[in-house]
Amino acid sequence: MLGKGILPFFDIHMKNKQYIQAWLLLLPALILLAGFTHIPTIKTIWRSFFSLGENTDIGFVWDNYEFLIIDDVLWQVLGNSFWYLVITVPASIVIALAMAMWINRHMPGRSLLRLSYFTPTVLPMISVANIWLFFYSPEIGLLNSILGLFGHEGYNWLGDPDLALYSVMAMTIWKEAGFFMIFYLAALLGIRPDLYQAARVEGSSEANIFFRITLPLLMPTTLFILVNAILNAFKMVDHLFILTKGGPNNASNLLLYYIYENAFSFFETSYAAALTVLLLAILVILAVMQFGVLERRIHYR
Amino acid sequence: MKHLTKYINNLMAWALGGIWVFPLLYACWAAFHSSVDATSFDLTSDLTLENFAIAWDQAPFLSYMFNTVVITTLILGVQLVICTLAGYALARLEFWGRGLVFALILMQLMIVPEILIVENYQTVASMDILDTYLAVGLPYFASAFGIFLLRQTFMTVPQELENVALVEGCSRLQIIWKVFVPVARPTYLAFSLVSISYHWNNFLWPMVATNTENSRPLTVGMAIFGAPESGVDWSVISAGTLISVGLLLILFLIFQKQFMQSFMSAGIK
Repeated sequence: MLGKGILPFFDIHMKNKQYIQAWLLLLPALILLAGFTHIPTIKTIWRSFFSLGENTDIGFVWDNYEFLIIDDVLWQVLGNSFWYLVITVPASIVIALAMAMWINRHMPGRSLLRLSYFTPTVLPMISVANIWLFFYSPEIGLLNSILGLFGHEGYNWLGDPDLALYSVMAMTIWKEAGFFMIFYLAALLGIRPDLYQAARVEGSSEANIFFRITLPLLMPTTLFILVNAILNAFKMVDHLFILTKGGPNNASNLLLYYIYENAFSFFETSYAAALTVLLLAILVILAVMQFGVLERRIHYR
Repeated sequence: MKHLTKYINNLMAWALGGIWVFPLLYACWAAFHSSVDATSFDLTSDLTLENFAIAWDQAPFLSYMFNTVVITTLILGVQLVICTLAGYALARLEFWGRGLVFALILMQLMIVPEILIVENYQTVASMDILDTYLAVGLPYFASAFGIFLLRQTFMTVPQELENVALVEGCSRLQIIWKVFVPVARPTYLAFSLVSISYHWNNFLWPMVATNTENSRPLTVGMAIFGAPESGVDWSVISAGTLISVGLLLILFLIFQKQFMQSFMSAGIK
């Protein structure tokens, strides 16, 4: 289909030449990807089978994986990651959709509003976490000052094990929603206006139009955002470094942060490798699930 | 009734917008007030620039900023070259194993470099390049996302255009440079803005790969600056935060249309 038979009389000569040229052009990318994606993946799996600590010639053992199962902190971390995913992903998607629907109408100050929704997205997570840390701080923090106006004594937003993870989630939703809004906006612009006109002529209610026309047509975008949001939920832990450091008592620890801690604070490299394998396995399962969903989508088209 | 719904919708949209900008506006407020006034909300309290001066003295912002600019530029420059070559080969050349190579490249979309920090740290350490710009850039140089975007764009270039260049005796590299690169200009812009905003804001890997202010970018510097151990007060932290995001924010405000369009088009493909 591509580049086939550029000029017939060149064909045989060209085929050989193309073959070499193609590999030469791909070489830099392949070397770098091999060195920083494929080989590290294999080495991670390899490393995960060596015993805890530095003594690497003990040989092939399952110690790390046995420890995974009895590691209470890991189970807590996985629970946190699960709730983090299940709450932040749908919440940011719903808010993103609402933002896009609001901005996609005629209203005063539309571009200013779009700007305010989108700005958190372009700023570094570290910087915005510094600002939010101020909100959450117990004595002089803004949230407690506001509660104080109503005579409430306030909460220890990041220090209370029951609240810390939710406080982190709130900031994540604030940071992510504007990003996803952009994709919904693009998709909304692509919906043909005559569909809406036809529905209005037939006297459909606005709610009906939303659920029967807008939402189904946005389905591909929602899937795209969903995939990105899930991946983000696993790979974005920057804010933990500022807000809670996974604490108190691992109440807000997430899987990648726990991997970081094991590798760079506790120097348990092999256990960190086993944890990384776990994370990779989760991502592969999600990818397979996503593939299944996408396949089905193509079918009913 | 219809007017009422519209009115309520506008009101809710604005309320949400208010919540969304509030943290940033508040950081500005705190940065320009003394730490006592910052929490008192007295609109008549005095403005001050002192926090900026203190923040500026407490952290080497200039070298952090310089490092961030160098790292971001280095990564983008190398990405553009590598992704162009690979994207072209995958889009226009026929060779055995193309599907497999493409699949291997796309794996990076799932196994992002952040997940492999432990092993990549070992690699970079064994190459003896820790705490250099190169170390921060290496895992990101070959971007599967960039290769994918450019491949999609290059596939739409008509074969005739390439044939004309071939007949005129252009080499492969000349064809890429003269025919394909100009056609893909919007894709390059979109990818560049996405890449710049990603690497300007990136934290985890740069923190692992750097130890000193010789190579440490702004995000890592800010994390150290904002740490409670360093004992700075909130107004100073806000001022530091504004210093660190100022350049990015100004760039974003100037190019916000292009920014948003780039993200949109990058997402659609």
